[in-house]
Amino acid sequence: MAFGEQSPVGKGARAQASKTQAQMAKPPELPLVGAGHDNKSVTEEISGVVFGKTPLWWFGALAVSGAVMVMMLYAIIYLLFTGTGVWGLNIPVGWGFAIINFVWWIGIGHAGTLISAILLLLNQSWRTSINRFAEAMTLFAVACAGLFPILHTGRPWLAVYWLLPYPNTMGLWPQFRSPLIWDVFAVSTYFTISLLFWYVGLVPDLAAMRDRAKNRLAAKVYGVFSLGWRGSAAHWHNYESLYLLLAGISTPLVLSVHTVVSFDFSVGQLPGWHATIFPPYFVAGAIYAGFAMVLLLAIPLRVMFKLQDFITLRHLENMGKVTLATGMIVAYGYLVEVFMAFYSGNQYEAFMILNRITGPYQVQWWLLLLCNALAPQVLWVKSWRRSPLVLFLVSIVVSIGMWLERFIIVVTSLHRDFLPSSWGMYAGTKWDWALYIGTMGMFLTLFFLFIRFVPMISIFEMRTIVPDRKNLDEAPKGGA
Amino acid sequence: MHDQQEEPRLYGLMAEFETAEDLAKACHQSYEAGYRVQDAFSPYPVEEVSEALGHHKSYVPLLMLCGGIVGALTGFGLQYITSVHVYALNIGGRPLNSWPAFIPVTFEVTILFAGICGVLGMFALNGLPRPHHPVFNVKRFAAHASTDGFFLCIEAADPKFDRDGTETFLRSLHPSEVSEVEN
Repeated sequence: MAFGEQSPVGKGARAQASKTQAQMAKPPELPLVGAGHDNKSVTEEISGVVFGKTPLWWFGALAVSGAVMVMMLYAIIYLLFTGTGVWGLNIPVGWGFAIINFVWWIGIGHAGTLISAILLLLNQSWRTSINRFAEAMTLFAVACAGLFPILHTGRPWLAVYWLLPYPNTMGLWPQFRSPLIWDVFAVSTYFTISLLFWYVGLVPDLAAMRDRAKNRLAAKVYGVFSLGWRGSAAHWHNYESLYLLLAGISTPLVLSVHTVVSFDFSVGQLPGWHATIFPPYFVAGAIYAGFAMVLLLAIPLRVMFKLQDFITLRHLENMGKVTLATGMIVAYGYLVEVFMAFYSGNQYEAFMILNRITGPYQVQWWLLLLCNALAPQVLWVKSWRRSPLVLFLVSIVVSIGMWLERFIIVVTSLHRDFLPSSWGMYAGTKWDWALYIGTMGMFLTLFFLFIRFVPMISIFEMRTIVPDRKNLDEAPKGGA
Repeated sequence: MHDQQEEPRLYGLMAEFETAEDLAKACHQSYEAGYRVQDAFSPYPVEEVSEALGHHKSYVPLLMLCGGIVGALTGFGLQYITSVHVYALNIGGRPLNSWPAFIPVTFEVTILFAGICGVLGMFALNGLPRPHHPVFNVKRFAAHASTDGFFLCIEAADPKFDRDGTETFLRSLHPSEVSEVEN
């Protein structure tokens, strides 16, 4: 193929973006797509993942994740029949695993929206091959997150009236001055908009699947969900307008979600929670954890499905850079927390930090520093940033670190507050762990089903960064 | 493809092109030639094609703005009515209409309504869902439109449409193929 380097053929709305990027890429960048791809090969290879034979490992992986999900269901049933007493919660620590895991999962979801919305607005064309599965990851992570506060209410079927505003026979309404209610609105809106965004992005690809399906049932199902999309110019015109605006409204939305989550803490007056740094610190932490999860999913996926031409080292490297940058913001957050504790002159704040550093949970605190502030520093080295293995290991470490961060925030502030007579200790029980690990099973089960039935890379957006079939043989032109 | 079948119900004539640039050029010429009831089809959005066909304005932003305004009013109204009138609670002596505390929910409902209006509006404006459309009767369209084919269809409903004249015109645009679209 004469088409060695990936120089963008000017196309549509994103042509400008690619051009600017090509100019900026002065020290030659790694390619975004493997050489020699055109519209047809991109469509065939990505839809081929779904239409091809189901790989054996997929059944095994689904069986394992399904079994873990069954454990989650068991933990939920046991919880509902027995009560939240099966968890390790008690006074003084009334917010344990349920909130830790909620914040952890919802944070992971944030990377999906960041990739699909914010990077779209910033004209980062490398987002194209990772946005679809990152958005799916968002949906599944938010679904896992939502389980925890709902179950934490103890009797979810009775919790509806104080969570959602609806006219009920008791004449009761939610208390709108509480961040907990803001959370209900923020998370449900976030899930709905993420789902819409994901589905709108899928429609043209489902149409491609409909046209390529050999199985009649598959063609019918894809046909129904593609709504009869036919790629009309008039339709694309409205579509592009909507896609851009959805990205526009998702951007403040994703920032608002973790901001509201941080309000759950910072509106309270507990030392360690009552801090103005919380919203930006939480948002950065969310993106940090989320990119780690995207890397954890992308690195095995590209190998298992031979998608190295689409999810290239350039993508991994860029995600590594985002991880490093957000990791630095998070580390700055830790620094400010320590500084403010002493600068405030408040003895309870100072005690809280000393208790974190030297108290009974010091191991977790030092581990969290190691995982979140120190470990990602290896990504400064270019060759490590381009090594899938290093990225994978760093991502695991970061995921653990971010869970520890939430553990420290929730537990250390609660377990020793103002009155020493009310101090106590907290640890999760086996039911806490069963539910937490179980949600990972649910997350992976949903993800495995997703990659088997839906194109996991946005095909139509990939077409915008590869040349058309005729141009492939000729020298690539500069623009349309 | 284009046999001399009797044309009981001809929907239009369709030309296929190999690249987005060719399609954009063809659309431009066809618009110049005075054709108005026509549509182009591409496997990914091509701005030049939409522009050449005269699609400059989309009503999606307006719909989303309306949705957003209705959402903001709904969100704030809901909180105002319940917190001030229906279920007034004294929370730490704060005013019943403690509006700064109502901002987050108002914001979320605004986004929610704008997003839903935008998505439903986009599909409604595009006349979707519509599972069957005459263009799918063209075999090459069904096989390539969602992969790598670029098509221009001049509909029989166009006042300038003339079975033979339009075909000659389409052929002058150097398409790879011209076919009839049956209804």
